[in-house]
Amino acid sequence: MKALMFGWEFPPHILGGLGTASYGLTKGMSLQEDMSITFVIPKPHGDEDQSFLKIIGACNVPVVWKENSWDHVNNRIGNMMSPEEYFGLQNGIKYDYRRIHTNELGCIDFSGRYPDNLIEEISNYEAVASVLAHQVEFDIIHSHDWLTYPAGVFAKQISGKPLVIHVHATDFDRSRGQVNPTVYGIEKRGMDMADHIMTVSELTRQIVIEKYHQNPNKVTTVHNAVEPLPDVESFKKTPRKDKVVTFLGRITMQKGPEYFVEAAYRVLQKTKGVRFVMAGSGDMMHAMIDLAAKRGIADKFHFTGFLKGRQVHEMLAESDVYIMPSVSEPFGISPLEAMQVGTPSIISKQSGCAEILTHAIKTDYWDIDAMADAIYSIVKNPAMFNSLSKLGLEEVNNIKWYDAGMKVRRIYESVM
Amino acid sequence: MRNICFYFQIHVPFQLKRYRFFEIGSDHYYYDDFQTTERLNSLVQHSYLIANRTISEMIRSSNGKFKCAFSISGITLELFEQYAPEMIDSFKELAATGSIEFLAEPYGHSLSSVFDADEFTCQVKMHSDKIQALFGKRPTTFFNAELIYSDEIGELVSKLGYKTMMIDEAKHIMGWKSPNYVYNHSYIPKLKLLVRNSKFSDDMAFRFKNLSLTAEKLVSWFSALPDGEHVINLGMGYEVFGITQPAYTGIFDFLKALPYHAMEQQMGFVLPSDVTKKAESAGGLSVPYPMSWVGNDKDLTPWTGNDLQQEALNKLYAVGERVRLCKDKALKLDWLILQSTDNFRYMSHKDPHGTNYETPYDAFMNYMNVLADFLERVEAQYPSTIDNEELNELLKTINHQEEEIERLENELSKPKLKTAKPDEKK
Repeated sequence: MKALMFGWEFPPHILGGLGTASYGLTKGMSLQEDMSITFVIPKPHGDEDQSFLKIIGACNVPVVWKENSWDHVNNRIGNMMSPEEYFGLQNGIKYDYRRIHTNELGCIDFSGRYPDNLIEEISNYEAVASVLAHQVEFDIIHSHDWLTYPAGVFAKQISGKPLVIHVHATDFDRSRGQVNPTVYGIEKRGMDMADHIMTVSELTRQIVIEKYHQNPNKVTTVHNAVEPLPDVESFKKTPRKDKVVTFLGRITMQKGPEYFVEAAYRVLQKTKGVRFVMAGSGDMMHAMIDLAAKRGIADKFHFTGFLKGRQVHEMLAESDVYIMPSVSEPFGISPLEAMQVGTPSIISKQSGCAEILTHAIKTDYWDIDAMADAIYSIVKNPAMFNSLSKLGLEEVNNIKWYDAGMKVRRIYESVM
Repeated sequence: MRNICFYFQIHVPFQLKRYRFFEIGSDHYYYDDFQTTERLNSLVQHSYLIANRTISEMIRSSNGKFKCAFSISGITLELFEQYAPEMIDSFKELAATGSIEFLAEPYGHSLSSVFDADEFTCQVKMHSDKIQALFGKRPTTFFNAELIYSDEIGELVSKLGYKTMMIDEAKHIMGWKSPNYVYNHSYIPKLKLLVRNSKFSDDMAFRFKNLSLTAEKLVSWFSALPDGEHVINLGMGYEVFGITQPAYTGIFDFLKALPYHAMEQQMGFVLPSDVTKKAESAGGLSVPYPMSWVGNDKDLTPWTGNDLQQEALNKLYAVGERVRLCKDKALKLDWLILQSTDNFRYMSHKDPHGTNYETPYDAFMNYMNVLADFLERVEAQYPSTIDNEELNELLKTINHQEEEIERLENELSKPKLKTAKPDEKK
């Protein structure tokens, strides 16, 4: 079976959880022997792992016919796409996209990030999809997140192949209810046009059904999983006097950072020898620094700024408690990553991953008393720490992308 | 003649309230009275009272031939006294018929038999006193909390003067042996063991509705047993009547019909203490490791199976000796309630039966917060810098100071001649 997937991010250059999930899912699915995946992203960097799938960069797909020599094409994009493929794709240009600004190869420049002209970039992505839909061979279209829904829908209209969309988040999660109408429009259209909708949690599924008015039979939950860490042994806890409690993620409204500060304040009133770390950056970072100062806990409350790659796992491994008080989290992969390195997690009940985790502490995001209590209990009771650490690790090692991939496969088969 | 030996267990746990860590040291009341009494009332109204009334009627209509035994934990008796005194009256009435026996158990429905032998002895005596005070008779048969038993525990119980003890039927103990005989302790033959027939008991307690069990059917199963199997021990929680099997299933009518069908088949009812008086033991049972009446494995894992439970139990029983030296009444009551087996059952990952907590971790956190406050109170009574022996000496001095003063004063008041030569006196 051949799947054409539209995504926005792919490791190692990622900005959020979407890239991680795309990688894990495709890798899990590639274990199915007859599965071949073509994964489209706006702008590859050339260092993506292509051992188990084929990556096409939208920025290398010609949408306007321009005459070029083999050598020139090879010089320009040879490291990411063979000139033969480029010339092949030129045959897929069936529409006049000269209104879009293109380079001398007839390709569109994509930022591959989340720029201010995001809406324009999304529609340009659609143009690329039309070329691919005419020229690439596939049995099913799979769109990851709202940025790629229009592309998926267009590809479906051209090819007549079934479309499944994968909801990693909705605008209701990102905005605490202050939905952007344009985004909602794109999301709603994608869902309406899809043959089946996959959500990363039951929580998201309910939002899709209630807020986007989708038929419940058309919506299935496929929980995310987590890639095993190859170098898990290399992450060690350095012995230190103080216990470390960590918040790690974008410091934005969605992640509930203020609840973490308040819980920290409660713990510190009663206990010594605990430090709190807020890792990451975001638009609420300064407000959080102010809040910590106002509560008089700034000496025990630390900010690290943005962490990436190995630093993330190091930070998690050095922590005694990981906490994710998200107000609304479609899935939330980071508690699973914390558990992989043996760090107990406290998660909000409003997180999708709470649905599949048993050996993590779950509280309401607003219940700072319960959160403080859980932090206190883990740092004060070795038995609590050990149980959560040991059983949590066991649990998370059994959450496999292969199983998620099989579930996706069954959904493919049901719509074909 | 084949006999049926019925016994019922009654234990209503105190529910701990939501106790956050910042309350440690400032709030010393640990219980959610609403939850506790709500559960108690529901049990009393839908089960215990109706069942008591049914049994009382059965005793009357069978001229005292129907007999059964009760094992009620001490803290439950206190709950009854406080919130449901009608239960005490009802049991007093039943006791007056002479067809009822009360069994002994540790006062706090605790695991002390496994973790703290001194505490166990203490609690058993307390419970015996309580039964004596309420119902005028000391128990002679022992029913350990959760039917926990091992050779070691049997020895303890025997030393306390009990001649009969209940145990559960577990495959790894019984092997091919039938539970329908009287057995004895592996090396103390005078301690008789009554083995609960777990199949018939559970048929009644848990499968009553699904099996559409009738009194006639059950009795016919009994009479189909081989000759010589002379006692069928049926033990279960008393809430089976009305809660586990709600009234609409006909469980009360079933109970009422039992004596008639049993007597028709020449079967009688006996009290545990009478069984062992009459019957010879069929042999010894060796139980090297503690067993219980819960789960398929019938072991202690529902209460001690994971690290959380171990930690809580270790922290709790570490102060046992200290608490026994204390005189503070409130502290001692808390001590008993905190030992109740339910607290630890709620922390089980595999079988948190009856829990109101969302997760075992939640149960553990709450319990440990309460325990932390409790331990602080124990510490405040006697600082841990003094070890137990030293403390014992000091306490002895303090407790005897009045006698000592009196003695010295007596000496002072003796003829002056003697006081003039104090050295000689020594």
